[in-house]
Amino acid sequence: MAFKETKSMSQFETVIGLEVHLQLNTRTKIFCSCANQYGCAPNTNVCPVCLGLPGTLPVLNHQALLSGIKVGLALNGEINAFIKFDRKNYYYPDLPKGYQISQFDYPVAKNGYLKVKSGSEEKRIGIKRAHLEEDAGKLIHDNSGSCSLVDYNRTGTPLIEIVTEPDLRSPQEAYDYLNTLKLTLQYLGISDCDMEKGSLRCDANVSIRPAGQTTLGTKTELKNMNSFRAVKTALEYEVRRHEQVITSGGKVEQETLLWDDEKAQTRTMRSKEQAHDYRYFPDPDLVPFTIDYKVIDGVRAELPELPQAKFLRFLSQYGLSDYDANILVADGRMADFFEAALKEYPQAKKIANWLAGPVLMELNNRKVSIGSLKLSPKGLVDLIAKVEEGQVSNLVGKEVLTFMLDEAKDAEDIIKEKGLAQVSDDSALFVIIDEVIAQNPAVVEQIKSGKPNAAGFLVGQAMKKSGGRANPKKLNELITRRITSA
Amino acid sequence: MPVSKNDVKYIAALARIDVPEDKLEGFTKSLAGIIQYVEQLQKLDVDQVKPTSHAVPVGNVLRPDKVKPSLTNQEALAIAVEAKDGSFKVPLVIE
Amino acid sequence: MNLHSLTAHALLDLFKSGKASAKEAYEAVLGRIKTVDPRVKAYVHMAHSKPDFQGEMPIPIAIKDNLCTKQEEITCASRILKGFRSPYDAGVIERVKKSGGSILGIVNMDEFAFGSSCETSCYGPTFNPWDLQCVPGGSSGGSAASVAADEAMWALGSDTGGSIRQPASFCGIVGLKPTYGRVSRYGLIAFASSLDQIGPLTKDVRDCALLMNIIAGYDERDSTSVNEPVPDFTKALVNDVRGLKIGIPKEAFVDGLDPEVRRSVEEALDLLKKLGAVIKEVSLPHTPYAVATYYIVATAEASSNLARFDGVRYGLRAQPSRVRKNALVDMYEETRSLGFGDEAKRRIMLGTYALSSGYYDAYYLRGQKVRTLIKNDLDEVFKDCDVIMTPTSPTVAFKVGEKLSDPLSMYLSDIYTIPANLAGIPAISIPCGFSQSGLPIGLQLMGKAFDEEMLLRVSYTYEQNTEWHLKKPNL
Repeated sequence: MAFKETKSMSQFETVIGLEVHLQLNTRTKIFCSCANQYGCAPNTNVCPVCLGLPGTLPVLNHQALLSGIKVGLALNGEINAFIKFDRKNYYYPDLPKGYQISQFDYPVAKNGYLKVKSGSEEKRIGIKRAHLEEDAGKLIHDNSGSCSLVDYNRTGTPLIEIVTEPDLRSPQEAYDYLNTLKLTLQYLGISDCDMEKGSLRCDANVSIRPAGQTTLGTKTELKNMNSFRAVKTALEYEVRRHEQVITSGGKVEQETLLWDDEKAQTRTMRSKEQAHDYRYFPDPDLVPFTIDYKVIDGVRAELPELPQAKFLRFLSQYGLSDYDANILVADGRMADFFEAALKEYPQAKKIANWLAGPVLMELNNRKVSIGSLKLSPKGLVDLIAKVEEGQVSNLVGKEVLTFMLDEAKDAEDIIKEKGLAQVSDDSALFVIIDEVIAQNPAVVEQIKSGKPNAAGFLVGQAMKKSGGRANPKKLNELITRRITSA
Repeated sequence: MPVSKNDVKYIAALARIDVPEDKLEGFTKSLAGIIQYVEQLQKLDVDQVKPTSHAVPVGNVLRPDKVKPSLTNQEALAIAVEAKDGSFKVPLVIE
Repeated sequence: MNLHSLTAHALLDLFKSGKASAKEAYEAVLGRIKTVDPRVKAYVHMAHSKPDFQGEMPIPIAIKDNLCTKQEEITCASRILKGFRSPYDAGVIERVKKSGGSILGIVNMDEFAFGSSCETSCYGPTFNPWDLQCVPGGSSGGSAASVAADEAMWALGSDTGGSIRQPASFCGIVGLKPTYGRVSRYGLIAFASSLDQIGPLTKDVRDCALLMNIIAGYDERDSTSVNEPVPDFTKALVNDVRGLKIGIPKEAFVDGLDPEVRRSVEEALDLLKKLGAVIKEVSLPHTPYAVATYYIVATAEASSNLARFDGVRYGLRAQPSRVRKNALVDMYEETRSLGFGDEAKRRIMLGTYALSSGYYDAYYLRGQKVRTLIKNDLDEVFKDCDVIMTPTSPTVAFKVGEKLSDPLSMYLSDIYTIPANLAGIPAISIPCGFSQSGLPIGLQLMGKAFDEEMLLRVSYTYEQNTEWHLKKPNL
């Protein structure tokens, strides 16, 4: 059952805030020099520090701090001139020290925003703060063995937590925010932002209130959503649940709920019998950091052009359509590919068409991204030029592209080897044309009697006979000539 | 604010320590006595005073992002209480 | 020649002149341990690894049970760490090994350094070599007793609120707490991270300087380690205090200060005055709040530092017989109840309380602010003084069991030593006399940050003009 939430329909307003955890792709963990790597055999990427052995101490990874500043700036935030780390104390087997090193009151960045397009609106979603912290280990539950197994490889992976203001007003907006955020962060190159690999995780806070009320309703926290789609579905479910509770006279209980994607519903977390008292206090093992404005300026100078800016520039500089620009910007490397191709062949719309059309289709079919495609900007440009010059037809050009990618050869070689060159030679074409004319006397009569458009049918037939290799423009020209001269 | 038995029960749970009933009275008494003693700090006017988290003014200590060798799985598990399949084993955790 | 009764520097002279070998010295000390330790009980266990007698300073050394030493069982005198064999060496242990030190064994302490008497150890108490009915002080009781009894040439201890200085004072030896950040804490099992420092316990001031030369220095694995150049501390051993200014805080003469202690310290002061030092009366007005501040700040940090002892990865794990709350929580609670002694539990709960929601501002935050006031007092006095002198402890060693039933009275014995930890400044305890009952009395000197040299100079001068350091207990 599809659920549509619109303000006019519901007497309630939905208020959503999102917390996104992003694993940074630094070479080493945040507080020790173990490799920051995914997918290793259990407990092979650990040291006394990230195992939290007695007597060990943390030392902050320089790159993690710079990445944190990068994210803060990309989200239009203020970088705090003074930052520190705090201990968040709680007990869980995947937390070796019995506390997580995080940031409480002096995070790396605060008061930022992200412009998000949702439907026809563009909204500014406030980013309350972005802070650095360490990841915990992984717990696997072995029901048959009636035990749980802990792997500490992931402990100490650098995380940046991005918290929005409660500015999102619908599950759809939340979904759009996540996609926009992911794209922006991918451009920074500081994380692969992959929810499947767990390098991007999202928790949501949701509440509802009567339309017009300014105070917030009781919120519930949702966890365990493994895709952006699941976030949207979970929020839709939860909003409905809140509405049901309230309209039946009850009160929403503040609690943390896990989303069960299979059953498409939320359930209470049994282990959270007691509200956590995290007893935050400044970590005495880590010193405070003053961030010089020169450092901030240095990071800012190295920021890449971000997707939204690039999108607007593509529209104005190259006159592209929204559709094409969106596709190009959706992957930073696609956008770079586009501009590299432009250097060889300054025909923006043509290149954009090819990238947004046939190339994109190849990417989807092969399930790869442009980065791993065996195609260079020059290679694409060569092909486009050949189509434009009439060496091959547009249709055949797409075939050539497929062959180029399959065989890692350039257009020239493919066309030669497979004999795909478009036939434009008059005499060769006349052979086919005469056949088609002979086979379709009725159509010829139509053309003669003043229906020149019927020539299209004959062109189609001739194209078929030529195996698609005839130049359709030429065909049209010659057919008309043949018929009118007859 | 005197420390009550219930306070001690709450604190003990927070600290993951089981205080049996027969020891509760003793702990409550000694904790109450110590808290009473530290109450004298309330007498001081500290509104304009900054807290000291670090006695020696060191700041901005950073580490280069260079990989150093980790422990082997064997070394890591050598200290383990219980291990299974290369991991640390604990009682089944219910979420 | 009783090699075991020598100082480290005398031993080094013998090594140089070929009159004794490192192996002989090591064996002599082992022999001494065999003879007296059944009574003193300083050692938890002897080292598994045998020394190779190479290196510049192959001096037999005792290590406190909270300094991670590869492959040795390190337990902080607690059941909860029973069986824990550290896979790495602490920074200071690396330095000791590099210098060729012969590690004799691991010595006793108060559990997790929570104590001033070495009575809360899960192994039972250590006894004072000067009077076996008395405590050696704590928490580095085993370190102090082993040195005083010639069961080690020198020892490493740790000091969070006086845990090197007070036992040094009770046992009639020298104990130094360096400036915070002077010695790496990497590998020291933490009690209160912002207060802990590792330091030497030695038979005399020269040995103290020698051992400091070995252990001091920057360690990139400790974010609080200071990258300050380490001088040759032996160069500070100058017998001259002329013109140096010694501050005596008027708050030092508290109620509860043993009259014999008071007299010894006053006599020491007279001697230093005679030797040319200038004595100044100063004031540290917030001193009365030091113990309260310490017991909030230190226990808060400790409650967090000890959270990792939960039975999951190493050490003790309880096997609950029935389910009370759930299997995991039961394991946590029973492990920690079984594994921690009463004083450890008390301090963890106190610290948890001080940090808990609703109480953070009133306790922990306020404690950190009063800490600033205490530090400011000292900074102010040091504008015009080179060192500050007080007794190390208000009493001499008390009887075993005397103060165990009243934790608060035990805490108050740290009144003189705590301020140096709160302010991060260096402080030393040196012997300055004996009580009528034959128990050692110690005096404390506090110095400016990174000015251990001044402490060594004044201490050395006093020592060279007295004979307390030459006395030995009757074991």
